[in-house]
Amino acid sequence: MSIRERLSGNEASATAMKQINPDVVAAFPITPSTEIPQYFSTFVSNGTVDTEFVAVESEHSAMSACIGAEAAGSRAMTATSANGLSLMWEMIYIASSLRLPIVMSLVNRAVSGPLNIHNDHSDAMGVRDAGWIMMFSENNQEAYDNLLMAHRIAEHKDVMLPLMVCQDGFITSHSIENIMLEEDSEVKKFVGTYKPEHYLLNRNEPIAVGPLDVQPYLFEHKAQQADAMRASKQVILDVAKDFEAWTGRKYGLFEEYKLDDAELAIVCVNSTAGTTKFVVDKLREQGVKAGLLKLRVYRPFPGEEISKALAHVKAVAVLDKSDSLNSAGGAIFTDITSSFQVHKVNVPTINYIYGIGGRDTKADDIESVYKDLEYVAKTGDLGIPYRYLGLRR
Amino acid sequence: MSNLIEIRWHGRGGQGAKTASLLLADAAFNTGKYIQGFPEYGPERMGAPITAYNRISDEPITIHSNIYEPDFVVVVDDTLLESVDVTAGLKNTGAIVINTTKSADYLKSVLKGYSGEIYTIDARKISMETLGKYFPNTPMLAAIVKVSGIMSDEDFVKDMEGSFKHKFAKKPEVIDGNMKAIELALQEVKKI
Repeated sequence: MSIRERLSGNEASATAMKQINPDVVAAFPITPSTEIPQYFSTFVSNGTVDTEFVAVESEHSAMSACIGAEAAGSRAMTATSANGLSLMWEMIYIASSLRLPIVMSLVNRAVSGPLNIHNDHSDAMGVRDAGWIMMFSENNQEAYDNLLMAHRIAEHKDVMLPLMVCQDGFITSHSIENIMLEEDSEVKKFVGTYKPEHYLLNRNEPIAVGPLDVQPYLFEHKAQQADAMRASKQVILDVAKDFEAWTGRKYGLFEEYKLDDAELAIVCVNSTAGTTKFVVDKLREQGVKAGLLKLRVYRPFPGEEISKALAHVKAVAVLDKSDSLNSAGGAIFTDITSSFQVHKVNVPTINYIYGIGGRDTKADDIESVYKDLEYVAKTGDLGIPYRYLGLRR
Repeated sequence: MSNLIEIRWHGRGGQGAKTASLLLADAAFNTGKYIQGFPEYGPERMGAPITAYNRISDEPITIHSNIYEPDFVVVVDDTLLESVDVTAGLKNTGAIVINTTKSADYLKSVLKGYSGEIYTIDARKISMETLGKYFPNTPMLAAIVKVSGIMSDEDFVKDMEGSFKHKFAKKPEVIDGNMKAIELALQEVKKI
């Protein structure tokens, strides 16, 4: 039986970690994810979990400790935000290349500078090519559910990649909302125990982890990482199917909200997808055929599936909560438009950089995007495709 | 979502406006509603103006932005009235609840012709009488429940009794004072 509760996104994430009861959690506090290790360390002190909690002196050490723990054969988790993730940078790549299925809760925040503690996705987008599976969460429920599914995906023998679950700093991490929790024993059963194939503490199989990888080998190892990332797509779907059979909550690579017969579509991730649903409902009442594609899985990038799902619409707006500062467009936009090209989909597509540094994204802002899309659909005129939403100037 | 109720809180850091918004979310959750309770995080410090929000609905709430056209506004500190545009976007069909002893004429003048209902309550007096200290959030919570009608007084009182017993398990002596503050506030909030 699911349990009706009300929790903030951080409380929900800490609850998931409590129920998962990993062998090791290593973390360093940083706003807005601080509460996650804070709550978790309380569970450790109270004996609610038997996790080894490593209160490290930096995020670089947090990721290093997780790498050591996973290489030894245990299950490790961490949580961070923004500059914390920046400080992990070196170890982020080591974790994925050593094929260590570490799970991270990333509470998205603007990477400095100038210093800003509020939400955008510049932290996540900075590590998008680091070989981690990346999942985004609209609300506290999805942050919780994604974490419950994370280990089954990351630890799958065809995958063996680290995975991060993202949610919007403050907007969902610090907002109290309704949530359905699952029973501890049921979570334990679903997540299962981690049985690594190769690990350092296996006395019967002495191995080395992370030695020098010279010219004849690194290329092949990188290709294996890429293969694993491709393979993870099916595993993500299989785990989602099991999850749905258990909880009744359905997940895919992305969510299509009133997209079937939509003419105008927005693509976005995290909490803005919720605001967009609110606007879609309102516009539908007025007869506007608005729809939403909410990306859940960003890495692996479901380019083919997205292209198929959007092929029938008249115009698409991709919202990026991080500016790539590249004079070409945001990360999700360039991924989607290049997928369209590869899969021969020809839908006019525009890009909006929005919500930078915690700039609030109002229903009116989203409505204005659909208005712009109406014009693009009618005239085929893209104007400047790389735009800003809610910018003052 | 026609039954969606949106509430905006104005207070000063340290007065418990954020806590009050979370308690209101709790109370509404306990009557079976869908809720959101969230503060607007700025440069936090004691005494600085802060804003917190509630959404309450019979249906799931997906919108995740601040609230710009609230049904109700709660002002925990009347010294904000001249510096913060507390009625910005406030619906005329709604109401504002202010912790104040100021005159109706003064309030009308600082509220810039707001044509909706204006309620006042002396949360300081209630708090001092019942708790011996100035904690305006409990009486203001009761006042907004009364004015918004999101739940019956009885359900609210019963729910708060349960919450206080849990929250103050180690300080049971403050439970009676808080319950008394709620009862007084439910009676004393008045329309001007």
